[in-house]
Amino acid sequence: MSSNDVTHHAPDDHAHHDHDEHGPAPGLMRWVTTTNHKDIGTLYLWFSLIMFFIGGAMALVIRAELFQPGIQIVDPMFFNSMTTLHAIVMIFGVVMPAFVGLANWMIPMMIGAPDMALPRLNNWSFWIMPFAFLIMLSTLFMDSGGPAGGWTLYPPLVLQMGDSFAFVIFAIHFMGISSVMGSINIVATIFNMRPPGMTFMKMPMFVWTWLITAYLLIATIPVFAGAVTMLLTDRYFGTSFFSAAGGGDPVMFQHIFWFFGHPEVYILILPAFGIVSSIIPTFARKELFGYDSMVYATASIAFLSFIVWAHHMFTTGMPLAGELFFMFSTMMISVPTGVKVFNWVATMWRGAMTFETPMLFAIGFVIMFTVGGLSGLMLAITPADIQYHDTYFVVAHFHYVLVPGAIYSLMAATYYWLPKWTGNMYDEKLGKMHFWISTIFVNVLFFPMHFVGLAGMPRRIPDYSLQFADWNMIATIGAFGFGFSQLMFVYIIVKCVRGGEKATGEVWEGARGLEWTVPSPAPYHTFETAPVIEPSTVTR
Amino acid sequence: MSTATGYFIPHDARWPIVGSIGLCIFFYGFGLWLNEAAFGKELFFIGAAIIVFMMFGWFGLVAKESESGTYNTQVDSSFRICMMWFIFSEVMFFAAFFGALFYARSFSGPWLGGVGGGGAEMTNAVLHTGHDYVWPSNGPGDVGGNFQPMGWFGLPLINTLLLLTSGVTCTLAHHAIRAGHRKPFIWWLLATVVLGAIFIGLQIEEYIHAYTALNLKLTSGIYGSTFFMLTGFHGFHVTMGAIMLFVVMIRAIRNHFSAENHFAFEAAAWYWHFVDVVWLGLFIFVYLF
Repeated sequence: MSSNDVTHHAPDDHAHHDHDEHGPAPGLMRWVTTTNHKDIGTLYLWFSLIMFFIGGAMALVIRAELFQPGIQIVDPMFFNSMTTLHAIVMIFGVVMPAFVGLANWMIPMMIGAPDMALPRLNNWSFWIMPFAFLIMLSTLFMDSGGPAGGWTLYPPLVLQMGDSFAFVIFAIHFMGISSVMGSINIVATIFNMRPPGMTFMKMPMFVWTWLITAYLLIATIPVFAGAVTMLLTDRYFGTSFFSAAGGGDPVMFQHIFWFFGHPEVYILILPAFGIVSSIIPTFARKELFGYDSMVYATASIAFLSFIVWAHHMFTTGMPLAGELFFMFSTMMISVPTGVKVFNWVATMWRGAMTFETPMLFAIGFVIMFTVGGLSGLMLAITPADIQYHDTYFVVAHFHYVLVPGAIYSLMAATYYWLPKWTGNMYDEKLGKMHFWISTIFVNVLFFPMHFVGLAGMPRRIPDYSLQFADWNMIATIGAFGFGFSQLMFVYIIVKCVRGGEKATGEVWEGARGLEWTVPSPAPYHTFETAPVIEPSTVTR
Repeated sequence: MSTATGYFIPHDARWPIVGSIGLCIFFYGFGLWLNEAAFGKELFFIGAAIIVFMMFGWFGLVAKESESGTYNTQVDSSFRICMMWFIFSEVMFFAAFFGALFYARSFSGPWLGGVGGGGAEMTNAVLHTGHDYVWPSNGPGDVGGNFQPMGWFGLPLINTLLLLTSGVTCTLAHHAIRAGHRKPFIWWLLATVVLGAIFIGLQIEEYIHAYTALNLKLTSGIYGSTFFMLTGFHGFHVTMGAIMLFVVMIRAIRNHFSAENHFAFEAAAWYWHFVDVVWLGLFIFVYLF
């Protein structure tokens, strides 16, 4: 159909087709107009890596200010902007796009599909993101500054910000469009692009977790869009959704927001579960223990995520019956999550284990994510949460599940699939060093936050009492160590892209699944002819 | 119609980037406009124009490809799955506003009136002395001044009947195209679009009535907020649905559809029925009770 029929040949794979081979188009426009799932996956991954350093720089501003008590480096308003934008960038600009990038690269190859179901829509889902963040980050340069009321955008505080408010809301709408389109595409790909024989229960866990994540996104992002629309009309059009004077209620925003916000935290972790469930069997050289229970556990977590939202609001005030309900439903989540952790451990049990970098990150994930999970269980207890609420204990909790949790899974995935993407092995020695340095510093960074939090240090405040000084200093040292050691990560990726020991198709000795049956680097088009999948074919 | 054997994968997409730039200008303009800054309105309309241009281009391309038999049945199911999930996302968007309505009516409203235990009684006594909660409410601050609520009889009832009838004509159009009868298909489509247009006209009439005779405005407290946001977003969706059906009608006149291949119509019809169901929810919870 296109005027751009370039006959630049990609190294041919096993597929035979009746039309001529299309390799990537030449020039920079390739990246703008591409419909190839691998190109779009690459774009997503680079985008999130860049945003990782932008969000990380913001975190370092926060930690630098908190190095010592008192106000030294930035003014409090800018500090508040940093905490707010750090969260928005890391959630919507790093973890979510990185997972979508992995979904783009891996899902078609894992299920044996020629591409995503709607390639043009896929292109648009990505190309919205840079523009959305252009708007979001441009607010920092406006007279009234960036958003400073916290990423949760609670009214009435958020309604008091300056003129850049409207841009923040529209940037969120913009990102939401991208997320919903991307998720619809992923659901359609998984439902419709599986070749015969690739039954649901033959899909790798990563595909399953993404299917359920996409469902969560489609169900909750529009609710978030509705909530921020109400903020917008309250601010500019005189509605009273969140104003008690007019019969509304600011607490209502918290309910609507967390109805989105809680499933959102599972959006940030379910694909991570999928990644770890792919990596551990490979390096334990065993099948994933309890595959079926993993699928059901993921689905249960998704279901429960819709009925626990008010545990973010125990101190906001709600009827006692509500507090009890949300406490118990929250605790219930630890059952399916526990199933997962036990299954990962059982997969490793008596396996012929080796500890290449992806495996190190995966094991690090299992251990440190569990630390975050246990502090989450503490936070679920309503009377205890009234003490912990809005302290650094909460900060420690969600950073343990998101940094050595979600971010570690992304690093594990990068090391695991880089040879498949580039055709070259990464530098194993540097990779292992990257893991150990990161793991030491990440604990130096976040573990002390438990202590200062339990001692009562409030979050989102640029100054603190003297008794918190020592642990804050240590946390800041950890933050700079962790931040700068990520430059190593970039170096290893760039080095691997540019060359290195050639990778085989299988890459890892114990690798299972269809993505390892194609050559490395994966040809520009894979599975143009549907693979034959027998009941005995190993697909996961 | 489908003559293709393999799954259709386009090789370069030029419309998405146009759409992104259009949306970016649109949102930026809207933000400036809301702050009454220079060029806000202009950028808003330029952005909107680019988005409309993109939609013409993109949908036109897809229609052309569909006509030339590029899509096989698997591509067709991708479209179907996407449309279903898109409608589901729209349902969740409305759920946020319905949730706000239910929350205000059954929780925050009574609490402000001192009912419901906890600190409600005390808050009412201290902060909102004498405020008695009755729905429809514009809150203890009487925000927007005295107003009369919109009754269900009259225009809303007529609108309900119109929209339900349009659901029937839409289904009749579907039966017609499935039987391969092009003429009745076009006529039933026209009937559906006309009914939709009358609905929108009557809703504008209703809004004018609310603003002039009832002193019911977007700013009339929580009642005005939920009333206008719910019916307003619904009206916007009716407009979108009517435009979709109108485009389908033009395509039908150009003989684009056959008894087997008419998904563009079905997608618009699904959307139309979704809009219909949302209206029933609105009629019950916004107007009747």
